[in-house]
Amino acid sequence: MNKILLIIQREYLTRVKKKSFIVMTILGPILMVGLVFAQFWIKMIPEEKQKIMVVDESQLFINKLESTANQSFTYSKNNLSFEQGNFYGTDYNVILYIPANIIDSQKIQIFYKKQPGLGMQDYINTIVSKKLEEMKLLASGIKLNQLESIKTKLNLTTTKIEKSGNLETKDNEVSMALGFIAGILIYIFIFLYGAQVMRGVIEEKTSRIVEVIISSVKPFELMMGKVVGIAMVGLTQFLLWILLSAVGTSLVGNYFIKNNVNANHMEETFKTNVPQKAAFKEMSGDKKAEIMDSFFNQVNMPVMLFSFLFYFLGGYLLYGALFAAVGSAVDNEADTQQFMLPLTIPLILSFTLAQNVMTNPESSLAFWLSIFPLTSPVIMMVRIPFGVPYIDLILSMLTLVAGFVGATWVSAKIYRTGILMYGKKSSYKELWKWLFYKA
Amino acid sequence: MMDIFSAKSVVKKYDKYTALDDVSITVKKNSIFGLLGPNGAGKTSLIRIINQITGPDSGELFFNGERLQQKHIERIGYLPEERGLYKKMEVGEQALYLARLKGLSRQEATKRLKYWFEKFEITTWWNKKIEELSKGMQQKVQFIVTVLHEPELLILDEPFSGFDPINANLIKNEILELKQKGTSIIFSTHNMASVEELCDDIALINRSKKILEGSVKEIRKEYRTNTYKVEFTGNLIAFTNAIWTGCELLEKHTEGNVNIATVKLLNDATPNQLLQAIMPHVMVNGLHEIIPSMNDIFIAKVSDEKINIGSNFTE
Repeated sequence: MNKILLIIQREYLTRVKKKSFIVMTILGPILMVGLVFAQFWIKMIPEEKQKIMVVDESQLFINKLESTANQSFTYSKNNLSFEQGNFYGTDYNVILYIPANIIDSQKIQIFYKKQPGLGMQDYINTIVSKKLEEMKLLASGIKLNQLESIKTKLNLTTTKIEKSGNLETKDNEVSMALGFIAGILIYIFIFLYGAQVMRGVIEEKTSRIVEVIISSVKPFELMMGKVVGIAMVGLTQFLLWILLSAVGTSLVGNYFIKNNVNANHMEETFKTNVPQKAAFKEMSGDKKAEIMDSFFNQVNMPVMLFSFLFYFLGGYLLYGALFAAVGSAVDNEADTQQFMLPLTIPLILSFTLAQNVMTNPESSLAFWLSIFPLTSPVIMMVRIPFGVPYIDLILSMLTLVAGFVGATWVSAKIYRTGILMYGKKSSYKELWKWLFYKA
Repeated sequence: MMDIFSAKSVVKKYDKYTALDDVSITVKKNSIFGLLGPNGAGKTSLIRIINQITGPDSGELFFNGERLQQKHIERIGYLPEERGLYKKMEVGEQALYLARLKGLSRQEATKRLKYWFEKFEITTWWNKKIEELSKGMQQKVQFIVTVLHEPELLILDEPFSGFDPINANLIKNEILELKQKGTSIIFSTHNMASVEELCDDIALINRSKKILEGSVKEIRKEYRTNTYKVEFTGNLIAFTNAIWTGCELLEKHTEGNVNIATVKLLNDATPNQLLQAIMPHVMVNGLHEIIPSMNDIFIAKVSDEKINIGSNFTE
């Protein structure tokens, strides 16, 4: 036991002291904070005001299109060909041409110097057609206030009736975001640090130190020491990232506020950047408070946090042991491909199927994927924020533990034989035989 | 004298391939035991069993009279043929780590490392990374790491590979010194000259079976072929004519004005009879028996041929 601690210590210290670890630890949060604030920055640069010359042959829209912060409409009294000829003598960005027969042809045209953005094309299209609709309605005798009362905006809430009869209302978007982020973190962690375990094993094998070491400790101790040591490196890095990101964000945030940047504006930009921006934008303050409220009420935070830690470590340990076995079976990294495939497929599959599970968290596909230990770490995390029956959760955790024990047993057997095999390419058939060699 | 290690009827199979077939060896305390055999004979398998890296399928193993167990690991030192160190780790840190894996405390390991680094005059290497050292330098560090925990049984697999003659000699002297201090050593090598020089006893393994064992002196005596080297001055043809039918002239050549002939005595002929036959014809300067080298014996036993003295390549 003492020796396994020594191994963990070495695996941990040699990696944490590496320049690449320190660089990545510092650079990671800088990149993240930088990315967030680069978006603020871009949003805060005022857009260039578009000056639009309207040539309205129908005479229907004169002074009806309202200018906004970004667009200003000016109405020309001249005909189109005159304005076209004069275009470069003016500072207008585009000419909006509305033909006389607009009502029949339903066609308008934009002439430009520089290609206008899709947003502006969209905007012009929308307001012209909206105005046209209103005019048509008025023409057919419907009054504006009638029109307002006809316009309908539905608000759909989804409520679950539980067996006990309790009602539970959920906001799926929050759950989605939360589960997805947790799943992705686990996915990245497994890939990043699983590969490190494999590389570490290959390094020991190619530098031929492995036989020296296993004459002092059991191969199993060496393998587990490496897997656990690297897990701790990963945890350290994640904790430092979270810490540095938090500090960095608040520092940069303070800077923005000190420099008289409108805090409200910033908040607004931030909110429009989260995935459900449309929903958020149109929400009243009450609704926002409700969401934050439901976030903490509907998502069982203690369960969420505990499960995250459990699947984070459990998933890594399961894959880490298997990655170690792969490393032991080859002589160099180039040969790992054939053995990596059965490990990467369930992992990538769970990542791609996470989308499916998010939209359908209680399907049988979601259930089985969250029980199967190779996919459960990612899939279960996606499911948990939607609320998972405890029986499912316990079953999934038990299979993950069983999967980990099984994978470690198999890996230890392959590892024990593999690390001493040099110079021949191993096949699956051979790995299978190694399982039955006596220790 | 008690035995430090013995293996009785060890069998080890990998799938259909038998690596060791009923092999028994006994290593006496305070001796150097040569474990010999061609590549792939099963030496490494046996060494790994002694180190408890793998276990035998059947057979018994004893360390110092007790059954070999995990706790004995710290009393055994092993220098594998396939050896290496962490390339990116510093020399001192790495040596400390490996010593502590063998059960030494940090303080004790540091103290002993200082002693060895001073002895080998390599104290300046402490903070260097292994990859900055030459291969010979790395081997020195590796040797120190192997003996640092003062094992009672030291297993050295090709310990001289990678060393220049000066450093090889340094290591050889260290091995002899360790033996004098009471260490027992299992020495595996293909270099038969060093076997003759260092080993007390040997076992020769070929195709997973032990085919020869005993003390080096006894074995060499046993494999004598009644062959003599005769130095003489006088007529070579007269000499050839003089040796009677009980002799076979294997080889003859001239060095300066001395002729040298290698003669094998057939049947029960004695050196006396040989001398009587040639003395009337030539002036005899010397007569030596040629004892087969371990190299000759190794090749003869492994290739299942008769001893063919001196004609073979010596490493």
